[in-house]
Amino acid sequence: MNIIKFLDEFTTDNLIDGKTSRRDVFSKFGALSKKAAIAAVPFGLASVPKKALAQSMSADPVGALQLALTLEYLEDEFYDLALQSGVLPSGRPEIVYMQISKHEQAHVDFLRAGLEGAGVTPVEKPTFDFTVGGMFDPFNDNGVGQETAYAQLLALAQAFEDTGVRAYKGQAGNLLGSDFLTPALQIHSVEARHASEIRRLRGLKGWITNNDRGMGMPEATQAVYDGEENIVQGGVDVTTLGSDGPFTMEASSEAYDEPLSGDDATAIASLFIVN
Amino acid sequence: MSKKVIKVDMANRTRNRRRFLKLSGLGLAGAGLFVACSDDDYNEGMSPMPPTGEGIFDLGSGDLGVLNYAYALEQLEADFYTKVVNSFYANISDVERQVFTDLYNHEVNHREFFKAAITAAVGSNTELVLPELEFDYGSLNFGSRDEVLGTARVLEDTGVAAYNGAGRLISDPNYLLIAGKIVSVEARHASAIRSLINPESADFSGDDIIDVATGLDVAMDPSEILAAVGATGFITTQFTANNLP
Repeated sequence: MNIIKFLDEFTTDNLIDGKTSRRDVFSKFGALSKKAAIAAVPFGLASVPKKALAQSMSADPVGALQLALTLEYLEDEFYDLALQSGVLPSGRPEIVYMQISKHEQAHVDFLRAGLEGAGVTPVEKPTFDFTVGGMFDPFNDNGVGQETAYAQLLALAQAFEDTGVRAYKGQAGNLLGSDFLTPALQIHSVEARHASEIRRLRGLKGWITNNDRGMGMPEATQAVYDGEENIVQGGVDVTTLGSDGPFTMEASSEAYDEPLSGDDATAIASLFIVN
Repeated sequence: MSKKVIKVDMANRTRNRRRFLKLSGLGLAGAGLFVACSDDDYNEGMSPMPPTGEGIFDLGSGDLGVLNYAYALEQLEADFYTKVVNSFYANISDVERQVFTDLYNHEVNHREFFKAAITAAVGSNTELVLPELEFDYGSLNFGSRDEVLGTARVLEDTGVAAYNGAGRLISDPNYLLIAGKIVSVEARHASAIRSLINPESADFSGDDIIDVATGLDVAMDPSEILAAVGATGFITTQFTANNLP
Protein backbone atom coordinates (compact mmCIF):
# COMPACT_ATOMS: atom_id res chain seq x y z
CA MET A 1 0.00 0.00 0.00
CA ASN A 2 1.15 3.48 -0.74
CA ILE A 3 2.56 5.34 2.22
CA ILE A 4 0.60 8.52 1.66
CA LYS A 5 -2.59 6.58 1.36
CA PHE A 6 -1.77 4.84 4.60
CA LEU A 7 -0.93 8.06 6.36
CA ASP A 8 -4.07 9.68 5.05
CA GLU A 9 -6.05 6.91 6.59
CA PHE A 10 -4.23 7.08 9.86
CA THR A 11 -6.77 9.02 11.77
CA THR A 12 -7.52 7.27 15.03
CA ASP A 13 -8.02 10.37 17.03
CA ASN A 14 -10.34 11.86 14.50
CA LEU A 15 -12.44 8.75 14.68
CA ILE A 16 -12.46 8.85 18.43
CA ASP A 17 -13.31 12.46 19.05
CA GLY A 18 -14.83 13.37 15.74
CA LYS A 19 -12.59 16.38 15.38
CA THR A 20 -10.06 17.16 12.73
CA SER A 21 -7.44 18.45 15.05
CA ARG A 22 -4.57 18.76 12.63
CA ARG A 23 -6.64 20.60 10.08
CA ASP A 24 -7.91 22.91 12.75
CA VAL A 25 -4.46 23.62 14.01
CA PHE A 26 -3.11 24.02 10.55
CA SER A 27 -5.83 26.40 9.56
CA LYS A 28 -4.60 28.76 12.24
CA PHE A 29 -1.60 29.35 10.10
CA GLY A 30 -3.98 30.99 7.70
CA ALA A 31 -3.05 31.72 4.17
CA LEU A 32 0.44 30.27 4.16
CA SER A 33 0.95 28.27 1.06
CA LYS A 34 1.40 24.60 1.70
CA LYS A 35 4.99 24.61 0.60
CA ALA A 36 5.99 27.57 2.71
CA ALA A 37 4.08 26.21 5.64
CA ILE A 38 5.91 22.91 5.57
CA ALA A 39 9.18 24.69 6.03
CA ALA A 40 7.85 26.99 8.70
CA VAL A 41 5.62 24.89 10.86
CA PRO A 42 6.97 22.93 13.76
CA PHE A 43 7.21 19.16 13.96
CA GLY A 44 3.79 17.78 14.35
CA LEU A 45 1.83 20.49 12.65
CA ALA A 46 2.51 19.57 9.07
CA SER A 47 -0.62 19.28 7.04
CA VAL A 48 -0.92 15.70 6.00
CA PRO A 49 -4.45 14.42 5.78
CA LYS A 50 -6.53 15.16 2.78
CA LYS A 51 -9.36 13.22 4.25
CA ALA A 52 -10.58 14.33 7.61
CA LEU A 53 -12.30 11.08 8.31
CA ALA A 54 -11.40 7.89 6.61
CA GLN A 55 -11.62 4.23 7.25
CA SER A 56 -8.98 3.85 9.90
CA MET A 57 -6.36 1.16 9.95
CA SER A 58 -4.75 2.45 13.05
CA ALA A 59 -6.89 1.22 15.88
CA ASP A 60 -5.93 -2.36 15.25
CA PRO A 61 -2.66 -4.27 15.43
CA VAL A 62 -1.98 -4.01 11.69
CA GLY A 63 -2.34 -0.25 11.68
CA ALA A 64 -0.12 0.03 14.72
CA LEU A 65 2.55 -2.07 13.05
CA GLN A 66 2.35 -0.14 9.79
CA LEU A 67 2.90 3.10 11.68
CA ALA A 68 5.80 1.50 13.52
CA LEU A 69 7.29 0.34 10.23
CA THR A 70 6.99 3.83 8.78
CA LEU A 71 8.89 5.29 11.72
CA GLU A 72 11.51 2.55 11.48
CA TYR A 73 11.99 3.25 7.75
CA LEU A 74 12.58 6.87 8.65
CA GLU A 75 15.09 6.10 11.37
CA ASP A 76 16.83 3.43 9.33
CA GLU A 77 17.41 5.70 6.35
CA PHE A 78 18.41 8.60 8.58
CA TYR A 79 21.16 6.62 10.32
CA ASP A 80 22.35 5.10 7.06
CA LEU A 81 22.73 8.54 5.48
CA ALA A 82 24.32 9.89 8.65
CA LEU A 83 26.96 7.17 8.59
CA GLN A 84 27.64 7.82 4.89
CA SER A 85 27.79 11.58 5.25
CA GLY A 86 31.25 11.93 6.73
CA VAL A 87 29.78 14.36 9.22
CA LEU A 88 30.00 12.09 12.25
CA PRO A 89 33.19 12.33 14.28
CA SER A 90 34.94 9.02 14.75
CA GLY A 91 34.89 7.47 18.20
CA ARG A 92 31.80 7.53 20.36
CA PRO A 93 29.43 9.30 17.91
CA GLU A 94 30.21 6.91 15.08
CA ILE A 95 30.05 3.86 17.37
CA VAL A 96 26.69 4.97 18.73
CA TYR A 97 25.20 5.68 15.29
CA MET A 98 26.44 2.35 13.94
CA GLN A 99 24.82 0.44 16.79
CA ILE A 100 21.53 2.30 16.45
CA SER A 101 21.58 1.90 12.67
CA LYS A 102 21.99 -1.84 13.10
CA HIS A 103 18.92 -1.98 15.33
CA GLU A 104 16.72 0.16 13.10
CA GLN A 105 17.56 -2.03 10.12
CA ALA A 106 16.68 -5.09 12.20
CA HIS A 107 13.40 -3.48 13.26
CA VAL A 108 12.47 -2.79 9.65
CA ASP A 109 13.17 -6.39 8.70
CA PHE A 110 11.38 -7.72 11.77
CA LEU A 111 8.24 -5.65 11.25
CA ARG A 112 8.09 -6.42 7.52
CA ALA A 113 8.42 -10.13 8.27
CA GLY A 114 5.79 -9.89 10.99
CA LEU A 115 3.30 -8.16 8.73
CA GLU A 116 3.97 -10.55 5.87
CA GLY A 117 3.64 -13.46 8.26
CA ALA A 118 0.22 -12.15 9.18
CA GLY A 119 -0.71 -12.00 5.50
CA VAL A 120 -0.48 -8.23 5.30
CA THR A 121 1.51 -6.26 2.73
CA PRO A 122 3.90 -3.93 4.53
CA VAL A 123 3.68 -0.23 3.68
CA GLU A 124 6.21 0.82 1.10
CA LYS A 125 9.23 2.76 2.16
CA PRO A 126 8.53 6.45 1.58
CA THR A 127 10.90 8.97 0.02
CA PHE A 128 12.36 11.03 2.83
CA ASP A 129 13.70 14.55 2.93
CA PHE A 130 15.73 15.09 6.08
CA THR A 131 16.39 18.68 5.12
CA VAL A 132 12.66 19.39 5.44
CA GLY A 133 12.66 21.50 2.34
CA GLY A 134 16.02 23.07 3.12
CA MET A 135 15.42 23.90 6.78
CA PHE A 136 18.17 21.48 7.85
CA ASP A 137 21.38 20.22 6.28
CA PRO A 138 22.26 17.29 8.53
CA PHE A 139 24.40 15.47 5.99
CA ASN A 140 26.24 18.64 4.90
CA ASP A 141 24.94 18.13 1.36
CA ASN A 142 24.32 21.84 0.94
CA GLY A 143 27.53 23.01 2.55
CA VAL A 144 26.33 24.15 5.93
CA GLY A 145 29.61 22.87 7.39
CA GLN A 146 30.51 19.87 9.49
CA GLU A 147 29.94 21.47 12.86
CA THR A 148 26.42 22.65 12.14
CA ALA A 149 25.58 19.49 10.24
CA TYR A 150 26.72 17.36 13.18
CA ALA A 151 24.64 19.41 15.61
CA GLN A 152 21.63 18.83 13.35
CA LEU A 153 22.39 15.13 13.06
CA LEU A 154 22.30 14.87 16.84
CA ALA A 155 19.22 17.02 17.22
CA LEU A 156 17.30 15.04 14.61
CA ALA A 157 18.39 11.74 16.13
CA GLN A 158 17.14 12.89 19.52
CA ALA A 159 13.84 13.99 18.04
CA PHE A 160 13.39 10.71 16.15
CA GLU A 161 14.26 8.51 19.11
CA ASP A 162 12.14 10.41 21.60
CA THR A 163 9.31 10.35 19.04
CA GLY A 164 9.77 6.62 18.52
CA VAL A 165 9.49 5.93 22.24
CA ARG A 166 6.30 7.95 22.47
CA ALA A 167 4.80 6.51 19.30
CA TYR A 168 5.29 2.86 20.25
CA LYS A 169 3.86 3.64 23.68
CA GLY A 170 0.84 5.19 22.07
CA GLN A 171 0.19 2.04 20.04
CA ALA A 172 0.47 -0.42 22.94
CA GLY A 173 -3.25 -0.30 23.60
CA ASN A 174 -3.97 -1.16 19.98
CA LEU A 175 -1.82 -4.27 20.37
CA LEU A 176 -3.49 -5.45 23.59
CA GLY A 177 -4.33 -9.11 23.20
CA SER A 178 -2.20 -9.41 20.08
CA ASP A 179 0.90 -11.55 19.69
CA PHE A 180 2.64 -8.40 18.48
CA LEU A 181 2.35 -6.64 21.84
CA THR A 182 5.44 -8.19 23.39
CA PRO A 183 7.71 -7.66 20.36
CA ALA A 184 6.49 -4.07 20.11
CA LEU A 185 7.37 -3.53 23.75
CA GLN A 186 10.76 -5.11 23.07
CA ILE A 187 11.37 -2.57 20.30
CA HIS A 188 9.97 0.27 22.40
CA SER A 189 12.57 -0.25 25.14
CA VAL A 190 15.37 -0.37 22.57
CA GLU A 191 14.24 2.99 21.21
CA ALA A 192 14.36 4.30 24.77
CA ARG A 193 17.91 3.02 25.22
CA HIS A 194 18.84 4.79 21.98
CA ALA A 195 17.11 8.00 23.06
CA SER A 196 18.95 8.04 26.36
CA GLU A 197 22.34 7.62 24.71
CA ILE A 198 21.74 10.25 22.02
CA ARG A 199 20.54 12.70 24.66
CA ARG A 200 23.59 12.03 26.80
CA LEU A 201 25.81 12.42 23.75
CA ARG A 202 24.27 15.88 23.42
CA GLY A 203 25.05 16.69 27.05
CA LEU A 204 21.50 16.24 28.28
CA LYS A 205 20.04 13.85 30.80
CA GLY A 206 18.88 10.56 29.30
CA TRP A 207 15.32 11.31 30.42
CA ILE A 208 12.88 14.11 29.65
CA THR A 209 12.26 16.82 32.24
CA ASN A 210 8.86 18.53 32.05
CA ASN A 211 8.29 19.27 28.37
CA ASP A 212 11.82 20.58 27.84
CA ARG A 213 13.17 19.73 24.43
CA GLY A 214 16.64 20.45 25.81
CA MET A 215 19.54 22.72 25.07
CA GLY A 216 20.25 23.24 21.40
CA MET A 217 17.09 21.58 20.12
CA PRO A 218 15.38 23.57 17.37
CA GLU A 219 12.08 25.09 18.41
CA ALA A 220 10.53 23.13 15.56
CA THR A 221 11.00 19.96 17.61
CA GLN A 222 8.84 21.12 20.50
CA ALA A 223 5.91 18.97 19.34
CA VAL A 224 8.00 15.93 20.23
CA TYR A 225 8.01 17.05 23.88
CA ASP A 226 4.62 18.63 24.38
CA GLY A 227 2.68 16.58 26.90
CA GLU A 228 5.75 15.08 28.55
CA GLU A 229 5.14 17.39 31.51
CA ASN A 230 2.21 15.25 32.62
CA ILE A 231 2.33 14.28 36.30
CA VAL A 232 -1.09 12.63 36.62
CA GLN A 233 -0.73 8.87 36.36
CA GLY A 234 -3.78 6.64 36.61
CA GLY A 235 -5.74 9.57 37.95
CA VAL A 236 -3.18 10.31 40.67
CA ASP A 237 -1.04 13.44 40.80
CA VAL A 238 2.23 11.73 41.65
CA THR A 239 3.73 14.92 43.08
CA THR A 240 1.32 14.46 46.00
CA LEU A 241 2.57 10.98 46.92
CA GLY A 242 5.44 12.22 49.06
CA SER A 243 7.83 15.07 49.65
CA ASP A 244 11.32 16.08 48.63
CA GLY A 245 13.31 15.12 45.55
CA PRO A 246 11.33 12.18 44.19
CA PHE A 247 8.09 14.14 44.12
CA THR A 248 9.18 17.41 42.57
CA MET A 249 7.58 18.43 39.30
CA GLU A 250 10.87 17.67 37.54
CA ALA A 251 11.36 14.16 38.94
CA SER A 252 7.68 13.32 38.62
CA SER A 253 7.69 14.21 34.93
CA GLU A 254 10.99 12.46 34.27
CA ALA A 255 9.83 9.24 35.92
CA TYR A 256 7.12 8.63 33.30
CA ASP A 257 7.38 8.89 29.54
CA GLU A 258 4.18 9.91 27.82
CA PRO A 259 2.55 8.43 24.71
CA LEU A 260 1.98 10.14 21.38
CA SER A 261 -1.25 9.53 19.52
CA GLY A 262 -1.02 7.93 16.12
CA ASP A 263 -2.06 11.23 14.61
CA ASP A 264 0.68 13.18 16.33
CA ALA A 265 3.35 10.61 15.52
CA THR A 266 2.20 10.56 11.91
CA ALA A 267 2.31 14.33 11.69
CA ILE A 268 5.88 14.41 12.97
CA ALA A 269 7.03 11.68 10.60
CA SER A 270 5.21 13.28 7.69
CA LEU A 271 7.33 16.38 7.94
CA PHE A 272 10.20 14.28 6.58
CA ILE A 273 8.20 12.40 3.95
CA VAL A 274 8.14 13.67 0.38
CA ASN A 275 5.98 10.93 -1.02
CA MET B 1 25.38 -17.15 54.47
CA SER B 2 21.90 -18.50 54.23
CA LYS B 3 19.07 -16.13 53.62
CA LYS B 4 15.37 -16.39 53.14
CA VAL B 5 14.53 -15.78 49.55
CA ILE B 6 11.41 -15.28 47.55
CA LYS B 7 9.68 -18.56 47.00
CA VAL B 8 8.28 -18.81 43.56
CA ASP B 9 6.30 -21.73 42.27
CA MET B 10 7.17 -21.88 38.63
CA ALA B 11 5.36 -23.86 36.01
CA ASN B 12 7.97 -23.27 33.34
CA ARG B 13 10.83 -22.42 35.51
CA THR B 14 13.68 -23.70 33.41
CA ARG B 15 12.62 -21.99 30.23
CA ASN B 16 14.98 -19.20 29.29
CA ARG B 17 16.69 -19.32 32.63
CA ARG B 18 20.03 -20.04 31.08
CA ARG B 19 19.64 -17.06 28.79
CA PHE B 20 18.90 -14.83 31.72
CA LEU B 21 21.91 -15.98 33.65
CA LYS B 22 23.97 -15.27 30.60
CA LEU B 23 22.74 -11.75 30.29
CA SER B 24 22.82 -10.90 33.95
CA GLY B 25 26.11 -12.49 34.82
CA LEU B 26 28.14 -10.33 32.48
CA GLY B 27 30.32 -7.61 33.84
CA LEU B 28 29.32 -8.17 37.42
CA ALA B 29 32.73 -8.47 38.94
CA GLY B 30 32.40 -9.19 42.59
CA ALA B 31 28.72 -8.67 42.96
CA GLY B 32 27.71 -12.26 42.39
CA LEU B 33 24.18 -11.33 41.44
CA PHE B 34 21.89 -13.97 40.09
CA VAL B 35 24.55 -16.61 39.97
CA ALA B 36 24.17 -17.99 43.47
CA CYS B 37 21.18 -20.07 42.56
CA SER B 38 21.86 -23.78 42.69
CA ASP B 39 20.71 -25.68 39.64
CA ASP B 40 19.59 -28.44 41.97
CA ASP B 41 16.68 -26.33 43.01
CA TYR B 42 15.40 -26.03 39.50
CA ASN B 43 15.71 -29.45 37.93
CA GLU B 44 12.76 -30.16 35.78
CA GLY B 45 10.73 -33.05 37.08
CA MET B 46 11.67 -32.39 40.63
CA SER B 47 8.81 -32.43 43.05
CA PRO B 48 7.17 -29.06 43.42
CA MET B 49 8.23 -26.75 46.16
CA PRO B 50 6.30 -27.26 49.36
CA PRO B 51 3.18 -25.20 49.57
CA THR B 52 3.72 -21.85 51.15
CA GLY B 53 2.79 -21.57 54.76
CA GLU B 54 0.10 -19.51 56.35
CA GLY B 55 0.70 -15.81 56.31
CA ILE B 56 3.02 -15.71 53.32
CA PHE B 57 1.86 -13.10 50.87
CA ASP B 58 0.98 -14.12 47.32
CA LEU B 59 1.16 -11.43 44.63
CA GLY B 60 -2.20 -12.48 43.27
CA SER B 61 -3.47 -13.03 39.76
CA GLY B 62 -4.39 -10.91 36.76
CA ASP B 63 -3.79 -7.18 36.77
CA LEU B 64 -3.51 -7.13 40.58
CA GLY B 65 -0.78 -9.74 40.46
CA VAL B 66 1.13 -7.76 37.84
CA LEU B 67 0.80 -4.55 39.83
CA ASN B 68 2.06 -6.22 43.00
CA TYR B 69 4.89 -7.76 40.99
CA ALA B 70 5.91 -4.36 39.64
CA TYR B 71 5.58 -2.91 43.14
CA ALA B 72 7.99 -5.53 44.46
CA LEU B 73 10.57 -4.73 41.79
CA GLU B 74 10.19 -0.98 42.28
CA GLN B 75 10.60 -1.44 46.03
CA LEU B 76 13.89 -3.21 45.40
CA GLU B 77 15.17 -0.57 42.99
CA ALA B 78 14.10 2.29 45.25
CA ASP B 79 15.73 0.72 48.29
CA PHE B 80 18.95 0.04 46.41
CA TYR B 81 19.29 3.60 45.14
CA THR B 82 18.36 4.97 48.56
CA LYS B 83 21.40 3.21 49.92
CA VAL B 84 23.53 4.44 47.01
CA VAL B 85 22.62 8.11 47.47
CA ASN B 86 22.88 7.94 51.25
CA SER B 87 26.55 7.02 50.98
CA PHE B 88 27.97 7.64 47.54
CA TYR B 89 31.12 5.75 46.71
CA ALA B 90 34.33 7.76 47.07
CA ASN B 91 35.34 10.19 44.33
CA ILE B 92 32.05 9.89 42.48
CA SER B 93 31.88 12.21 39.48
CA ASP B 94 29.28 14.96 39.24
CA VAL B 95 27.61 13.19 36.33
CA GLU B 96 27.35 9.90 38.20
CA ARG B 97 26.05 11.66 41.31
CA GLN B 98 23.36 13.30 39.18
CA VAL B 99 22.41 10.05 37.48
CA PHE B 100 22.08 8.13 40.75
CA THR B 101 20.13 10.97 42.36
CA ASP B 102 17.73 10.99 39.42
CA LEU B 103 17.37 7.21 39.48
CA TYR B 104 16.67 7.36 43.21
CA ASN B 105 14.02 10.02 42.59
CA HIS B 106 12.35 8.11 39.76
CA GLU B 107 12.30 4.73 41.49
CA VAL B 108 10.95 6.12 44.77
CA ASN B 109 8.26 7.87 42.76
CA HIS B 110 7.42 4.60 40.95
CA ARG B 111 7.29 2.71 44.26
CA GLU B 112 4.88 5.17 45.82
CA PHE B 113 2.79 5.25 42.66
CA PHE B 114 2.29 1.47 42.75
CA LYS B 115 1.46 1.54 46.43
CA ALA B 116 -1.18 4.18 45.77
CA ALA B 117 -2.51 2.50 42.63
CA ILE B 118 -2.83 -0.94 44.21
CA THR B 119 -4.34 0.49 47.37
CA ALA B 120 -6.91 2.29 45.25
CA ALA B 121 -7.61 -0.84 43.18
CA VAL B 122 -8.28 -3.21 46.08
CA GLY B 123 -10.58 -0.91 48.02
CA SER B 124 -11.25 -2.31 51.46
CA ASN B 125 -9.29 -5.51 50.75
CA THR B 126 -6.05 -3.97 51.94
CA GLU B 127 -4.60 -7.40 52.69
CA LEU B 128 -4.12 -7.75 48.91
CA VAL B 129 -1.50 -4.99 48.79
CA LEU B 130 2.06 -6.31 48.86
CA PRO B 131 3.56 -5.25 52.19
CA GLU B 132 6.71 -3.19 52.49
CA LEU B 133 9.57 -5.56 51.80
CA GLU B 134 12.85 -5.81 53.65
CA PHE B 135 16.22 -5.98 52.00
CA ASP B 136 19.72 -7.21 52.71
CA TYR B 137 22.54 -6.73 50.24
CA GLY B 138 24.92 -9.11 51.97
CA SER B 139 28.49 -8.49 50.95
CA LEU B 140 27.67 -5.97 48.23
CA ASN B 141 30.12 -3.10 48.65
CA PHE B 142 28.34 0.23 48.24
CA GLY B 143 31.75 1.89 48.43
CA SER B 144 32.76 0.27 45.17
CA ARG B 145 31.94 2.12 41.95
CA ASP B 146 32.16 -1.11 39.96
CA GLU B 147 29.80 -3.00 42.22
CA VAL B 148 27.26 -0.20 42.47
CA LEU B 149 27.19 0.45 38.72
CA GLY B 150 27.22 -3.29 37.97
CA THR B 151 24.30 -3.93 40.29
CA ALA B 152 22.41 -0.93 38.93
CA ARG B 153 22.90 -2.27 35.43
CA VAL B 154 21.42 -5.63 36.31
CA LEU B 155 18.52 -4.08 38.21
CA GLU B 156 17.64 -1.78 35.31
CA ASP B 157 18.03 -4.43 32.61
CA THR B 158 15.93 -6.74 34.78
CA GLY B 159 13.28 -4.08 35.18
CA VAL B 160 13.07 -3.65 31.42
CA ALA B 161 12.81 -7.40 30.84
CA ALA B 162 10.20 -7.69 33.56
CA TYR B 163 7.92 -4.96 32.23
CA ASN B 164 8.38 -6.15 28.64
CA GLY B 165 7.33 -9.64 29.69
CA ALA B 166 4.46 -8.48 31.89
CA GLY B 167 2.73 -6.37 29.25
CA ARG B 168 0.89 -9.33 27.76
CA LEU B 169 -0.40 -10.30 31.23
CA ILE B 170 -2.23 -7.00 31.66
CA SER B 171 -5.90 -6.77 30.72
CA ASP B 172 -6.70 -3.14 31.45
CA PRO B 173 -5.32 -0.81 28.76
CA ASN B 174 -4.83 1.92 31.36
CA TYR B 175 -2.45 -0.26 33.34
CA LEU B 176 -0.73 -1.32 30.12
CA LEU B 177 -0.14 2.33 29.26
CA ILE B 178 1.30 3.06 32.68
CA ALA B 179 3.60 0.07 32.42
CA GLY B 180 4.69 1.46 29.06
CA LYS B 181 5.33 4.88 30.57
CA ILE B 182 7.58 3.33 33.21
CA VAL B 183 9.43 0.72 31.17
CA SER B 184 10.89 3.25 28.76
CA VAL B 185 12.23 5.24 31.69
CA GLU B 186 13.81 2.05 33.05
CA ALA B 187 15.35 1.51 29.62
CA ARG B 188 16.70 5.08 29.61
CA HIS B 189 18.24 4.31 33.01
CA ALA B 190 19.74 1.03 31.81
CA SER B 191 21.27 2.80 28.82
CA ALA B 192 22.77 5.56 30.97
CA ILE B 193 24.23 3.14 33.51
CA ARG B 194 25.70 0.99 30.75
CA SER B 195 27.14 4.09 29.13
CA LEU B 196 28.74 5.16 32.42
CA ILE B 197 30.32 1.73 32.76
CA ASN B 198 31.70 1.75 29.22
CA PRO B 199 31.32 5.22 27.67
CA GLU B 200 33.00 4.89 24.28
CA SER B 201 31.04 1.82 23.30
CA ALA B 202 27.82 0.35 21.97
CA ASP B 203 26.99 -1.07 25.40
CA PHE B 204 24.11 1.37 26.01
CA SER B 205 22.14 -0.96 23.77
CA GLY B 206 24.70 -3.70 23.54
CA ASP B 207 24.76 -6.98 21.67
CA ASP B 208 24.81 -8.74 25.03
CA ILE B 209 21.21 -7.67 25.65
CA ILE B 210 19.64 -6.68 22.33
CA ASP B 211 19.10 -9.53 19.88
CA VAL B 212 21.30 -8.72 16.90
CA ALA B 213 19.00 -10.32 14.32
CA THR B 214 15.72 -8.79 15.46
CA GLY B 215 16.79 -5.70 17.38
CA LEU B 216 14.55 -6.80 20.26
CA ASP B 217 15.19 -6.18 23.95
CA VAL B 218 14.62 -8.92 26.53
CA ALA B 219 11.15 -9.92 27.77
CA MET B 220 10.73 -12.43 30.57
CA ASP B 221 7.95 -13.93 32.63
CA PRO B 222 7.54 -13.10 36.31
CA SER B 223 8.66 -16.59 37.35
CA GLU B 224 11.98 -16.16 35.58
CA ILE B 225 12.53 -12.67 36.94
CA LEU B 226 11.59 -13.60 40.48
CA ALA B 227 13.74 -16.71 40.45
CA ALA B 228 16.72 -14.58 39.49
CA VAL B 229 15.91 -11.81 41.95
CA GLY B 230 15.28 -14.39 44.67
CA ALA B 231 18.66 -15.91 44.01
CA THR B 232 20.38 -12.65 44.89
CA GLY B 233 19.03 -12.82 48.40
CA PHE B 234 18.46 -9.07 48.27
CA ILE B 235 14.81 -9.40 49.25
CA THR B 236 14.47 -11.01 52.65
CA THR B 237 10.69 -10.83 52.97
CA GLN B 238 9.07 -13.98 51.66
CA PHE B 239 6.28 -13.84 49.15
CA THR B 240 4.97 -16.07 46.41
CA ALA B 241 3.86 -15.60 42.84
CA ASN B 242 1.78 -18.72 42.47
CA ASN B 243 -0.78 -17.12 40.20
CA LEU B 244 1.51 -15.53 37.63
CA PRO B 245 3.24 -17.34 34.77
